[in-house]
Amino acid sequence: MSVGVPALALEKITCRFAARDGGEAYTAVADASLTVAKGEFVSVVGPTGCGKSTLLNIAAGLLAPSQGTVSVFGDRLIAENGVNRRAGYMFQADALMPWRTGLDNVIAGLEFRGVPRSEAVMQGEAWLRRVGLSGFGDRYPHQMSGGMRKRLALAQTLILSPDILLMDEPFSALDVQTRQLMENELLALWAEDKKSVLFITHDLEEAIALSDRVVVLSAGPATRPIGDFKVDLPRPRDVSEIRMTPGFLALHREIWAAMKEEVLKAYAAQKAA
Amino acid sequence: MTRLRALQILVVCLLVVFWYVMTAPGLIPPFYFDKANRAAFFFGEPQKVFWVIVDWFATGEIFGHLAITLLETALGFLIGAAVGLVIGLWLALSPTASAVMDPYIKGFNSMPRVVLAPIFAVWFGLGIWSKVALGVTLVFFVVFFNVYQGVREVSPNLIANARMLGASRRQLLRSIYLPSAMSWVFASLHNAVGLAFVGAVVGEYLGSSRGVGYLILQAEGTFDINTVFAGILVLTAFALALDAAVGAVERRLMTWQPRASETEKV
Ligand SMILES: Nc1ncnc2c1ncn2[C@@H]1O[C@H](COP(=O)(O)OP(=O)(O)OP(=O)(O)O)[C@@H](O)[C@H]1O
Ligand SMILES: [Mg+2]
Repeated sequence: MSVGVPALALEKITCRFAARDGGEAYTAVADASLTVAKGEFVSVVGPTGCGKSTLLNIAAGLLAPSQGTVSVFGDRLIAENGVNRRAGYMFQADALMPWRTGLDNVIAGLEFRGVPRSEAVMQGEAWLRRVGLSGFGDRYPHQMSGGMRKRLALAQTLILSPDILLMDEPFSALDVQTRQLMENELLALWAEDKKSVLFITHDLEEAIALSDRVVVLSAGPATRPIGDFKVDLPRPRDVSEIRMTPGFLALHREIWAAMKEEVLKAYAAQKAA
Repeated sequence: MTRLRALQILVVCLLVVFWYVMTAPGLIPPFYFDKANRAAFFFGEPQKVFWVIVDWFATGEIFGHLAITLLETALGFLIGAAVGLVIGLWLALSPTASAVMDPYIKGFNSMPRVVLAPIFAVWFGLGIWSKVALGVTLVFFVVFFNVYQGVREVSPNLIANARMLGASRRQLLRSIYLPSAMSWVFASLHNAVGLAFVGAVVGEYLGSSRGVGYLILQAEGTFDINTVFAGILVLTAFALALDAAVGAVERRLMTWQPRASETEKV
């Protein structure tokens, strides 16, 4: 594995949310540490509501942790001073600007950086083609399907070519075929210029197929990593083919054994609440 | 559709006939007033009202007055909307300022602002500006509250996404807060333009030398009820036209908003 400073390092992060009615604060994440090396593809899996999005928001500098530090390529990230400028973030929820057309959404980041419009439009068209949306650039988000909006958001993030990619269940709204296409596309991109990726999913198969490393989180409250599995399947991979290999199945069995208990715990807790 | 139109026209015809039958002197024996021409004195007569309107348009007399009323409405709307937009953005983005100003905004909003008309007449004279001022105070609050709401309701996700894409504070204002606020302003556009119109007409009615409100005021002074009704009808038609124009502008500017049903009939 690569040595030197990691692209992203979360150290002993604790995150408490104050309760609205002055009751006891909710500890979403407790004492969690997580690093992503340069060029590494790390997936985080965990039961629903365990604090995956919270961790990602902290890594993005959108949320200040109650305790602990975040470093980006060795530099301390302070949320109060602004967001993580080296990272691109693909959100779990819809975050497109409804008053901009597809193309204008894709090139928003370039526009914020002062790239001339003609240049931005050229890049935007290219990206629309890459995510299979050429010809839909003049449609507004409400005129697109959920999956199309997801792909638009992907183009919006990737067009800026960030060093670190934070992705929060980006493909969960896509059908299986499109999803595998996008996953392969993401892998190709990642292989091209070795970005560092922190990828969140609740789909263990997806996590294994894409990643170098899979981190399993415990059920909430007070979530922390309880397992860290190296995936040394050969690259380049094809996500649909790799699922059939014995190496993949063995890993899946191993990680699922670690996860299962936490998933059941989370389910029981949410049912009781 | 055409059936509906026919029924709508029928209603108007019936109303006019009813109006004519009840007011034409001597057509039916008086049953409420003691003299035959009294009903016409109080309620006017449809054919006379019609001829007043025809006369106004034939001589072109009405156009100058309409233009003045339109100018007052437009200025009242534009100034009120601009001030409402700026102050709404400012208060929505600055919690301290909004906390300090809150009671004053509430108080000023609860005040029946039409009572300001005489004061404006003293301050700004009997020209168009006292009417514009009245329109501004009416329009301001509609726009202000909508902008304030619009900025407060912006999804935090949208802001987070724009920040991650590298938007500065100014860019956030321009590409997120402003468009979001504008969508709320447009939702209240009909209301705001209507209020600017009310401000103009009420202002004219309370003291002026030109405008459709002035025509009504003058006719009332000489008990010329037919002209009063003619003025009211012209104002109504004008308000409808204004509303249609606003609707057209709205459709052009708000193409990005989802509408209830957009499927095409085959
Ligand atoms: N702003 C907040 N205030 C209070 N509690 C919060 C807040 N944000 C998240 N939480 C709580 O923190 C916990 C973790 O939330 P988070 O969104 O990180 O879950 P998640 O792992 O992303 O879940 P999912 O897989 O369903 O997206 C949840 O129990 C949630 O209720
Ligand atoms: Mg989440």
